[in-house]
Amino acid sequence: MVLQSLKNGLWLSCILRTPKACFWSTASGGLIVQSVSNDVYQNLAVEDWIHDHMDLEKQQVLFLWRNSPAVVIGRHQNPWQECNLRLLRQKNIKLARRRSGGGTVYHDLGNINLTFFTTRKKYERMENLKLIVKALKALRPQLDVHVTDRYDILLDRQYKISGTAAKLGRTSAYHHCTLLCNADKLVLSSVLKSPYKGLKSNATPSVPASVKNLFEEDPGLTSEMLLDVIAKEYATQHHIDHHITLINPADETLLPGISNKTKELQTWEWVYGKTPKFSVSTCLNMAYKDSVLDVKVNMDVKHGRIEVCNIDLPEQWLPPGLYSELVKSLTGSKFCPNETTTLVTTLLRACPQDDELHNRWSVLCENMIMLM
Amino acid sequence: VCIHRVRSCSSIRFIKSKYVCVFDKSALKFSHQQRLFRTSAVSCGQIVQFKLSDIGEGITEVTVKEWYIKEGDSVSQFDSICEVQSDKASVTITSRYDGVIRKLHYSIDDIAFVGKPLVDIEIDASKGVAPEEDVVETPPMSHEEHTHQEIKGHKTLATPAVRRLAMENNIKLSEVVGTGKDNRILKEDILNYLAKQTGAILPPSPKAEIVPPLRKTETVPAAPKDKARKIPVPVSRPVAFSGKDKTEPVTGFQKAMVKTMSAALKIPHFGYCDEIDLTQLVQLREELKPLAEIRGVKLSFMPFFIKAASLGLLQYPILNASLDENCQNVTYKASHNIGVAMDTEQGLIVPNVKNVQVCSVFDIAVELNRLQSLGSAGQLGTSDLTGGTFTLSNIGTIGGTYAKPVILPPEVAIGALGKIQILPRFNGKGEVIKAQIMNVSWSADHRIIDGATMARFSNLWKSYLENPASMLLDLK
Repeated sequence: MVLQSLKNGLWLSCILRTPKACFWSTASGGLIVQSVSNDVYQNLAVEDWIHDHMDLEKQQVLFLWRNSPAVVIGRHQNPWQECNLRLLRQKNIKLARRRSGGGTVYHDLGNINLTFFTTRKKYERMENLKLIVKALKALRPQLDVHVTDRYDILLDRQYKISGTAAKLGRTSAYHHCTLLCNADKLVLSSVLKSPYKGLKSNATPSVPASVKNLFEEDPGLTSEMLLDVIAKEYATQHHIDHHITLINPADETLLPGISNKTKELQTWEWVYGKTPKFSVSTCLNMAYKDSVLDVKVNMDVKHGRIEVCNIDLPEQWLPPGLYSELVKSLTGSKFCPNETTTLVTTLLRACPQDDELHNRWSVLCENMIMLM
Repeated sequence: VCIHRVRSCSSIRFIKSKYVCVFDKSALKFSHQQRLFRTSAVSCGQIVQFKLSDIGEGITEVTVKEWYIKEGDSVSQFDSICEVQSDKASVTITSRYDGVIRKLHYSIDDIAFVGKPLVDIEIDASKGVAPEEDVVETPPMSHEEHTHQEIKGHKTLATPAVRRLAMENNIKLSEVVGTGKDNRILKEDILNYLAKQTGAILPPSPKAEIVPPLRKTETVPAAPKDKARKIPVPVSRPVAFSGKDKTEPVTGFQKAMVKTMSAALKIPHFGYCDEIDLTQLVQLREELKPLAEIRGVKLSFMPFFIKAASLGLLQYPILNASLDENCQNVTYKASHNIGVAMDTEQGLIVPNVKNVQVCSVFDIAVELNRLQSLGSAGQLGTSDLTGGTFTLSNIGTIGGTYAKPVILPPEVAIGALGKIQILPRFNGKGEVIKAQIMNVSWSADHRIIDGATMARFSNLWKSYLENPASMLLDLK
């Protein structure tokens, strides 16, 4: 019953405590909401929620959000191919997989996210991007920004300041895009560079581009100013008041079911397990004692788990029983350094207590873990 | 014409044993004589090719990225079928029909075309389809009385398949009560009507979600069976328990546990338990906690327990030893690498603090902090997790008093610490006082350790903790 009345939009207007008692008094339907949270999972969950529960027939929605440092990959991408996972873990930068397609982006508070919700029929990305350009030009008329046919927004004809992605469902759709205001470009370029070699997959690859912050073009620009001018343009085009409603993604009464959506987006099965099948074919250069061993490794990874694993070790380098135990343990386990570390250290407990053996085992396992 | 159709149908039947003929609506006009043959050649429903609908923005092709269903699965209207991608847009394609998936026209990463078939769905004939393709308007069977049937002035709604069933059984649709949407007459309604008329017992009609339709068999599902059940008329509806067993493979952490515990089983364990009065230690920790905080370190009880254990191991080194595979040699380990059992989201892990014998209580606290933060972030390294010689498990932080811990090979002893409780005890003067009591449960490898050794070690450890000042005498 809650969702029923929600579809009329009235309930939402009451809960959001907007000054307007009823949205239907306006000429055309539109709603601008902004998230108070900087948590990427919570914000992605809000997108899911609006997509699944709101009736966009009478009222389109613009959702504004910003995240604390995070890397967001597209629905069908491979995180190992797209970013430096080791660096992410070290720097405590979150990794999220969104439900829309497209490529990988780095978010921090200097980057703003805009999501345009419409019915499936009214899905129109160019219009949305033109709206943004119009807003930017209204703020700074001398800004050289334009939309490309790849749905990017370029600054000075060469620097990408916005990337786009979209999600279409049965009755509703959304188009979201980024806008670089003042993001940390150093961190951006270092995390979006993958160190993993030998990966082969059909996952959607990202197209790297030179980026620039709008702040670099005009230091007077802030994220708040940009959010405001875009909201104003949206309000004008939809004939609604220039009013931004704040929502809290942790509010389960306002958005019933949101905490489940948030949890799902954080599960390993979603973030890593949804990676399309890929193979790893590389050579470990293992430094052991005074020599360097070249060890060929081949692995097939499906749903984020190792399906097949082959390590081409010199004969008798490890006792054959132990080697087969290692391969057996790795097969079916997650392609994940933490899980692999636990497995290999546990296997060691049941081994003969031989220093030489332990050293070899450690060297091999350390190298294997580096692949993940 | 009819006979010609039958022949072509039979040839199709033999060539395409996997697929069934795709019938158009005219096929439903088959006369009665051909019915039996035709139904034995096909399954009970009609195959519809579900085409990929328009994506918008003039897009003509997409890439299939993920299938949510496979051939043979039942789907309901609006269930997700697959995920396709086109130019940065990810699209969820949902089913327009209730039915069973008979064929997937594309594999993962294939290019699919808008307007071309995506999947073949076999529609359960008694069910309605999505409004876009409502079969209500199609011309019904040839017999006059079955066209334009009226119940109370309303036009009767029924699919051609239902009309055929009624006609074959000489039932007037006007006499049947429809239970479907808009009083539509469903196959079940015809069967119910029949049952009441003839008193015959008929099988409940198969619902697509529960019974997978007959694929390769050739029985006639609609015909009444001899040993079928009576259609039930429930008075009270008991709550149906729809829980199902769920089987998953053992992988990752669980697999690791299986290996460790199977190896541990080979060790003959014996246990020894005691209670420790920590009243003095509790007070000492309260005094030292702020000092540690100034240095940026959280001080728990564990550093004290670990250091006391190491002092004890200096006196009883057999507890810090390892027995080889054939039980031929005992190796007395020089380093006291004391493991601390940690409960993480994924399961139990045991990192160890290296060389406790040369560490101060503060050093141990620092190292524990480091291991704990790495452990909760899932970033412990292999060196943190290997080389342990003795383990303490502080299960008391979760709860419990006495436990029966399992030794982690290649070690030979382990201690489980219960929770600290405030209990009444007698002091030296025979008065009842409040004491902070903790229980400890030791397990040791009975092949090389005897009860007396364990008891003496435990007493020594206990004495250090009950009277922390005595630790100062023996600290190295």
